[in-house]
Amino acid sequence: MHGAIKKRGEHNRSWGARLIVLVPYLWLATFFLLPFLIVVKISFSHTAIAQPPYTPVFDPAAGWEGLKQALSALSFENYALLASDWLYLASYLKSLEVAAGSTLLLLLIGFPLAYGMARTPRRWQPIVFVLVVLPFWTSFLIRIYAWINILQRDGLLNQVLLALGIVDAPPAWLSTDTAVYIGIVYSYLPFMVLPIYATLEKMDETLIEAAADLGCPNWRAFWLVTVPLSRPGVVAGVLLCFIPIVGEFVIPDLLGSSQTMMIGQTLWTEFFGNKDWPVSSAVAVVLLCLLVVPIVIYQQMETRDPAGGR
Amino acid sequence: MRKASWFNVGSVALGLAFLYLPIVILVIYSFNASRLVTVWGGWSTRWYSELIADRAMLESAWVTLRIALLSATAATVLGTLAAIALVRFGRFRGRLLFSGMVYAPLVMPEVITGLALLLLFVAVDVDRGFWTITIAHTTLITCFVTVVVQSRLVTFDVSLEEAAMDLGCPPLRTFLTVTLPLIWPAVAAGWMLAFTLSLDDLVVASFTTGPGATTLPIRIYSEVRLGVKPEINAICSILIAIVATGIVGASLLAKFHDVGRGGIGGLAAR
Repeated sequence: MHGAIKKRGEHNRSWGARLIVLVPYLWLATFFLLPFLIVVKISFSHTAIAQPPYTPVFDPAAGWEGLKQALSALSFENYALLASDWLYLASYLKSLEVAAGSTLLLLLIGFPLAYGMARTPRRWQPIVFVLVVLPFWTSFLIRIYAWINILQRDGLLNQVLLALGIVDAPPAWLSTDTAVYIGIVYSYLPFMVLPIYATLEKMDETLIEAAADLGCPNWRAFWLVTVPLSRPGVVAGVLLCFIPIVGEFVIPDLLGSSQTMMIGQTLWTEFFGNKDWPVSSAVAVVLLCLLVVPIVIYQQMETRDPAGGR
Repeated sequence: MRKASWFNVGSVALGLAFLYLPIVILVIYSFNASRLVTVWGGWSTRWYSELIADRAMLESAWVTLRIALLSATAATVLGTLAAIALVRFGRFRGRLLFSGMVYAPLVMPEVITGLALLLLFVAVDVDRGFWTITIAHTTLITCFVTVVVQSRLVTFDVSLEEAAMDLGCPPLRTFLTVTLPLIWPAVAAGWMLAFTLSLDDLVVASFTTGPGATTLPIRIYSEVRLGVKPEINAICSILIAIVATGIVGASLLAKFHDVGRGGIGGLAAR
């Protein structure tokens, strides 16, 4: 297989083959990489009341001299602001807390579900699989909206709780952290379940039988065989959930309180509310730095084993 | 044959109930005759007929659909090319950066991608609207197509292509007559995933939109912020019905298992 790739590679280094790499390469460089460099650049600019609302720090036309000048004029005021104002630090911490908490919840709910799916008789597995995947295809916004329906003060949840006599007065669910956790767990569940399911499904069941034959109790076999073997799926699921949740905007905005904002909301407010582009760029740069470690781990996994070893 | 223990059946049943209950409730309430969303006033299709009269909503739906069609198609071409490059070309110069750029959008928080793209569009001073959203969506969803197609390419028997080329078939023709038909289910699944992701996107579209290009999620979002409304229940139910029909239809048409797996399975099964 390896030799075959090499042979084909040599065979194929024509202009056509170059084009195959070049087209997506250029697209991503222009619309993914370049924009980030602009964000970094603008995060060092001064805020200005103008259109666009910042003063440029670097004019590429000015050449090397211009670059030196620009470097000396770099403004760290936005970063200083982030460090000095408690609001920003609080929302970074809040994001990490919510992301860590909900990823843990997702793991606790997702693992048994994935395990159950993998142990479903083969005949039923495709159906269960499609059923778990189907909600993922419906709009994210709609799924959050569905929860607003349920969680509002006179919504279905409170009606049920009142009818059963569990509560006397309807508690407020919306604008609480509980609602945010529910919304996140609900929306990200497939991202946790599917990677774990993929590893559990291809697990060799004779290993469990062997453990049982050797007198290992079920729970110990689970702990010593199943859990370690499912690790790649668990790691993928955790990263696939944790990273985007840290920057989540829609869920905390619609379900959470405005008391402590998550960092995605802060960025959004700085940008759309305060029209402060340099500060929101700085918020984005810091957020990215925060996520660099998990993103790099994730990419290492991707590049090493792109097909999930299937 | 595996034993389906009570624990396993229970966890699957509970998980599915958790996933479906909110959606089912939403659809039921969209047929509620009462304007008070929480009081049941009998069955009615009133909100659906009001929706048809809502020109702004229809306009948004049309814009969203066109953007999704265009960007899903562009992303499918780009994403398939990227997958071929990553799977078949082994090492090439700049591969590390390339794979980084391909995978990063998968997990990148949308607020960052949206902000970055907007700043690019401002820097080059283009009018924002339909085309900027389309470009932004294409960039956002290309990686999903790549992952789906890649998972198919990896399991693909290279000797088939080699046989064709040994028999003198030129590379492009080999691709069109051998490779493409074999990876077709994954390409189609990738397109569908890209299409629904574009339909769904709120954050990136909000950043890159301009006058005259209000997509459906942007409109729904601004309405939802003001509270629950029966009309929104209705439009959401219609969208759910469209997506569900599409997915179930596609799974029945293509071999259920393969497309389902290649689709979201390919995305997550890594």
